[in-house]
Amino acid sequence: MVIYVSKERIRVLLAKPGLDGHDRGIKVIARALRDAGMEVIYLGIRNTPEQIVEAAIQEDVDVIGLSILSGSHMYHVPRVLELLKQKGAEDIAVISGGIIPDEDKEKLLKMGVKKVFGPGTPLSEIINYVKGEVKKRG
Amino acid sequence: MFKEGKIKEIREKKAEWEGTTLKKYLDTCPEKKDVFETSSGFKVERVYTPEDVSTFDYIRDLGFPGNYPFTRGIHATMYRARTWTMRQFAGYGTAEDTNKRFKYLLSHGETGLSVAFDFPTLCGYDSDHQMARGEIGLCGVAVDTLKDMEIIFNGIPLDKVTTSMTINGPAATIWAMYIVTGLKQGVPMEKLGGTIQNDILKEYMAQKSFIFPPEPSLKLVVDTIEFASENLPRWNPISISGYHIREAGANAIQELAFTLADGATYVEAAVERGLNVDDFAPRLSFFFACHNNFFEEIAKFRAARRIWAKLMKERFEAKKKRSMWLRFHTQTSGCTLTAQQPINNVVRVTIQALAAVLGGTQSLHTNSLDEALSLPSELAVRIALRTQQIIAHESGVTDTIDPLGGSYYVEWLTDKMEEECYRYFDQIEEIGGVVKGIEKGFFQREIARSAYKYEREVGEKKRVVVGVNKYLVDEPVEIPIFRVNPEVERRQLRRLRKVKQEREKGKVEESLEKLKNTADKGGNIMPYIIEAVKNYATLGEITNSLKEIYGEYKELIIY
Repeated sequence: MVIYVSKERIRVLLAKPGLDGHDRGIKVIARALRDAGMEVIYLGIRNTPEQIVEAAIQEDVDVIGLSILSGSHMYHVPRVLELLKQKGAEDIAVISGGIIPDEDKEKLLKMGVKKVFGPGTPLSEIINYVKGEVKKRG
Repeated sequence: MFKEGKIKEIREKKAEWEGTTLKKYLDTCPEKKDVFETSSGFKVERVYTPEDVSTFDYIRDLGFPGNYPFTRGIHATMYRARTWTMRQFAGYGTAEDTNKRFKYLLSHGETGLSVAFDFPTLCGYDSDHQMARGEIGLCGVAVDTLKDMEIIFNGIPLDKVTTSMTINGPAATIWAMYIVTGLKQGVPMEKLGGTIQNDILKEYMAQKSFIFPPEPSLKLVVDTIEFASENLPRWNPISISGYHIREAGANAIQELAFTLADGATYVEAAVERGLNVDDFAPRLSFFFACHNNFFEEIAKFRAARRIWAKLMKERFEAKKKRSMWLRFHTQTSGCTLTAQQPINNVVRVTIQALAAVLGGTQSLHTNSLDEALSLPSELAVRIALRTQQIIAHESGVTDTIDPLGGSYYVEWLTDKMEEECYRYFDQIEEIGGVVKGIEKGFFQREIARSAYKYEREVGEKKRVVVGVNKYLVDEPVEIPIFRVNPEVERRQLRRLRKVKQEREKGKVEESLEKLKNTADKGGNIMPYIIEAVKNYATLGEITNSLKEIYGEYKELIIY
């Protein structure tokens, strides 16, 4: 069966890389983005960067959102960027959130992460950001 | 408690007050909102009177401290005799780093140890597994083999301290490592005191460090309960935890109801195994969160004690008083801490810690002010510990037992918590019990719903979070950030390689084979895990052996 997917809806893949089980935030965001009219694919916890990138390409998403509260962001996020590049899929925007110190945030942004959201970010800010980012890309 | 005539008089006086004094005030100065609610959504009245607790019976509902139904406290003297245990959760990096942090905490007056493990350990992976990459030693200490445990407790006599270990999926193996470390120090099993969290049911609802499916996991928990009741009389083989359920988004009533339902499930499983309830129930312990809604939290603790006592006495027919005790540890709430203006978190922690003490906790962890930003720094940990010490020694709240007992509001709220808790029990029973509820995603959905509601309320400013949606300042955060030494990964991998080289391979294989056979036949596997640990089998090897028999759990995606 072929499912026709309208590209008019923004497609977002959300995932928790590594072993971190703190999934409260990402689930709230999944629901908020869905309620805002986006197509959300939530992969759940315990994903390797390879699994995330593969799913993102397969699902043809516009944005990947990664949530990490375990401190492993400096391994997992760059690895996702690297794999996207290898697969020629750098056009997929990567955003991340969780507990990420300012110093690391700067580093991640330089590496190519589009946006790092810290604790306490209003949901509306994230929704608007994703909409704006995708629109910008056309 | 109150004579019918008196209640009638109060009702009349209240109506009179509403028509006169109150009306005048409302006309000139209306209230801030139409409905006031607790965090669980209970409507809070303007003022409480004896009318709201007119069916209250002091002896039946409260009694005296140390007496059934233990609403006022499980001990007759409470903090007048002994302050709660100040137990700060700690652990990071390698075993050496954690050993150093423990010695620091002990030298600053801490009275119990609490070990945090890193994610690979929590999920049963060795540090050299692919899934462990980027996570080693970050959220806690990495433990691969007995060797690591020996180093963590080097120079800390295990008969002199009690140790709590936050470990669930692989709890039996980590516990076995602690037991063998004790034996190697010359401390026999019966002298070891402490707790393993070992509450697997809540892992499927929150925290998510599950390994095996619910049914075999529950069997494994009963193995540890049975082993403790026979060999380690001072050990709490389980800490039935609401903390993670709450932190994942549940409100106070969901935390209370789901935790006690989990507790009843373990008791039921152990009784089914043929254990006598009074042989193991005294060693069951609990672990709750404490959030900001002050009176609701206190009511939650008081209700928890009463509900558990009734459950144990009436449903499980426990005879010993200790079997009916709900002994609990409390941790202040991590998710209420803000990354914005982090020093304010000291105040949040103080309010929460005070509620835990007024609720009669047996031990307490106070969070550090920097936890929304990173792992806590040494200074932040010290302030958190000092917060407890100031409450204990300077505030005077410990001088009398359950000082809020008899407050019309607190008693009404305690009754309300109990009532709503039974409503959830009925719902869980209808679904077919806790395991069925997990399999159907009932708890996961309930928690996700509350988490989303909370976030929306913060977004819409229906709920004020100081520094986040009100009273904002635009200034950089200037507090020292604690960082784990990046060398940790390399050091841990080197040690694991060395242990693997030095151990007797044949003995490891033989002990793992025996373990699998026993697991397959359904016998108690604790003695076999201990045997494998003694031979320096790794955590990953033991876990994998059990996965072959029990299978692996794949979670339902619910949001």
